[in-house]
Amino acid sequence: MKRRDFLKLAGAVSLTGCASTIPSRARVVVIGGGFGGATAAKYIRMWDPSIDVVLVERESGFTSCPMSNLVLGGFTNMQEISRDYDGLRRHGVQVVRDEAVAIDAAKKTVRLARGGDISYERLVVSPGIDFTFDDVEGYEAAMASGRVLHAWRAGPQTLALRTQLEQLRDGGVYVISIPLAPYRCPPGPYERACLVAAYFKQAKPRSKVLVLDANPDLTSKAGLFKAAWKDYYAGIIEYHANARAVGIDAAASAVKLEVEDVKGDVLNVVPPHRAGNIALQAGLITTNNRWCDVDWRTMESKAVPGIHVLGDATLSAPAMPKSASMANNQAKIAAAAVVELLNGRAPSPVQIINTCYSFVSQKEAMHVSSVHAWDEKDRTLKALPGGGVSAARSEAEGAYAWSWARTIWADSLA
Amino acid sequence: MRLFIVAATALVAVPAAAQDTASRNLAASCAICHGTEGRAVTRDAIPLAGLPREHIVAQMKAFRDGKRPATVMHHIAKGYNDQQIDSLAGWFSAQKR
Repeated sequence: MKRRDFLKLAGAVSLTGCASTIPSRARVVVIGGGFGGATAAKYIRMWDPSIDVVLVERESGFTSCPMSNLVLGGFTNMQEISRDYDGLRRHGVQVVRDEAVAIDAAKKTVRLARGGDISYERLVVSPGIDFTFDDVEGYEAAMASGRVLHAWRAGPQTLALRTQLEQLRDGGVYVISIPLAPYRCPPGPYERACLVAAYFKQAKPRSKVLVLDANPDLTSKAGLFKAAWKDYYAGIIEYHANARAVGIDAAASAVKLEVEDVKGDVLNVVPPHRAGNIALQAGLITTNNRWCDVDWRTMESKAVPGIHVLGDATLSAPAMPKSASMANNQAKIAAAAVVELLNGRAPSPVQIINTCYSFVSQKEAMHVSSVHAWDEKDRTLKALPGGGVSAARSEAEGAYAWSWARTIWADSLA
Repeated sequence: MRLFIVAATALVAVPAAAQDTASRNLAASCAICHGTEGRAVTRDAIPLAGLPREHIVAQMKAFRDGKRPATVMHHIAKGYNDQQIDSLAGWFSAQKR
C-alpha cells in the first residue's frame, strides 16, 4: 500500500468514527414516552439531527388517556387509541424499553433497571403521574383485590373498568370519585361520567352514575357538562360537590367520605397524585411534595440544573391544565431550548396553545382552548385573553375531537 | 473580495436564522391540530403547509376579529398579534405540502 492510500484510508476511518462515536456529539436522554417525552424526542431530532436522542420507556407501546373514556362507554377500543414507537425510531430516536430508577445529576447519568447507567448532556424527564395511595385509606389493598380502580392511566385498568361496567347488573351503581385539583385532565372525570351514563342509558337504563367530587364545583367546562347531564342523563348522573374520598371499605363496597360512607357496585376512585416516581427520586419535586417547578422559557427544573421536566409532573403555570396538548407543546419549548443550549446559543421563550376536547355522548364534544405566553414581569407563562369554551356541544366538535386526537398522536409519535 | 462577500452574508444570515427559529417555534404549537409542520393527517384539519402567506394572514385576522365563524379558532387567534400572524403565515407558506 502506498503511503498516500494509507492516509486516505485512515482519514476515512476517522471520519466514520466522528459520525458515530466522537464525544462532541451530544446525547439527550428522555425519560418517559407519553405525550411530553415522545414529542421532545422527536422534535429534538427534527430540529438538530446531530444530537443523539435516547428515549427510555417501560411500556412496549403508547396508550392514550385522551379518548380512553370512549373505551369505557364502549364507543371505541384500545387498538384505536394505541400507537407504537416505530415512528420515533424513524426519526432516529433510540427507543429503549427499560425503567429509569435513579438519576445522578452530578455525574449526568441515568440508572436503568436492567440496562445499567447511561450518560447524558441534557436530560428530559416526562414521568407523568404516580398516585399518593396513602391519602385514601385501604386503597392499595382494595385495588389489589380488584375492588377499586382508578383507570387514570390508560391501559389494563381501562379494560378492567370496562369489564366491570359490562358485568354490572341493570340497576347497579357506578361511583366516580375525583380528587382535589390540581389533577391530570380536569374535565376527564366529568366526561367519564357522561360516557358511562351514555352506556347505561342504552344497555342498563336503571343503573346510576354517582359523581363524588372533592372540589366545590366542576373544575372544567362546568356549564357545558351540567347542560348535558340535565338534557341527556337526568335521573342517571347524580353529582355531589365537596365529597372527598378518604378511604375504601372493600368489605362493604363503599367509598368513605369525611362524614359518611357511599356504597357502590363499581368503585372508580381516582386518588390524588403527584409527579411520577423518578421525579421524586431525583429531587425534582419542589412544591407541596407533589409537583416540579420549572423555568417556563426552557422547562428546565428549578431544583436540578440540566434537567428539563415536562407534562403533568410540572407545577402548572396559572390557568394551565395538566393536559396532553400542554405536555406536547411544553415538549417543544424544551426541544427548542435543548437544541439552542447544545449549540451554544441562548433560548428564547415560546408561546404555546392548549386545546382539550371532551365528549358528552358517543358523538358530541366540546372544547376549552387557551394561548399561553411568557410574561417577563411575573416570570411565568400566562394565559392570554381570548381563550374559552365551546358555545355548545356538537357533533362537529366530536369529529374535531377525533381529528385532534389522531393528529396529536402523529405529532407526538410519528 | 470573495472572502468579504462570505463574511457579509454571514452577518445578515445570523439574525435571519434566529428569526426563522422563532417562527418555527411559534408555529410548532399549531401541530397538535394541523399536523407536524402544518402537514395535516386528517381530513377534518386544514393543512397549513404551503398555503399562500396572504391567505393565512387574512384567515387568522378574520378568526381573531370575529368575521369568520369558528368552533375553536376564534379562541386561539386572539392570542396572536399582527406581527406573530405574519411570522406564522410566512413560515407555514414556506413548508412542503
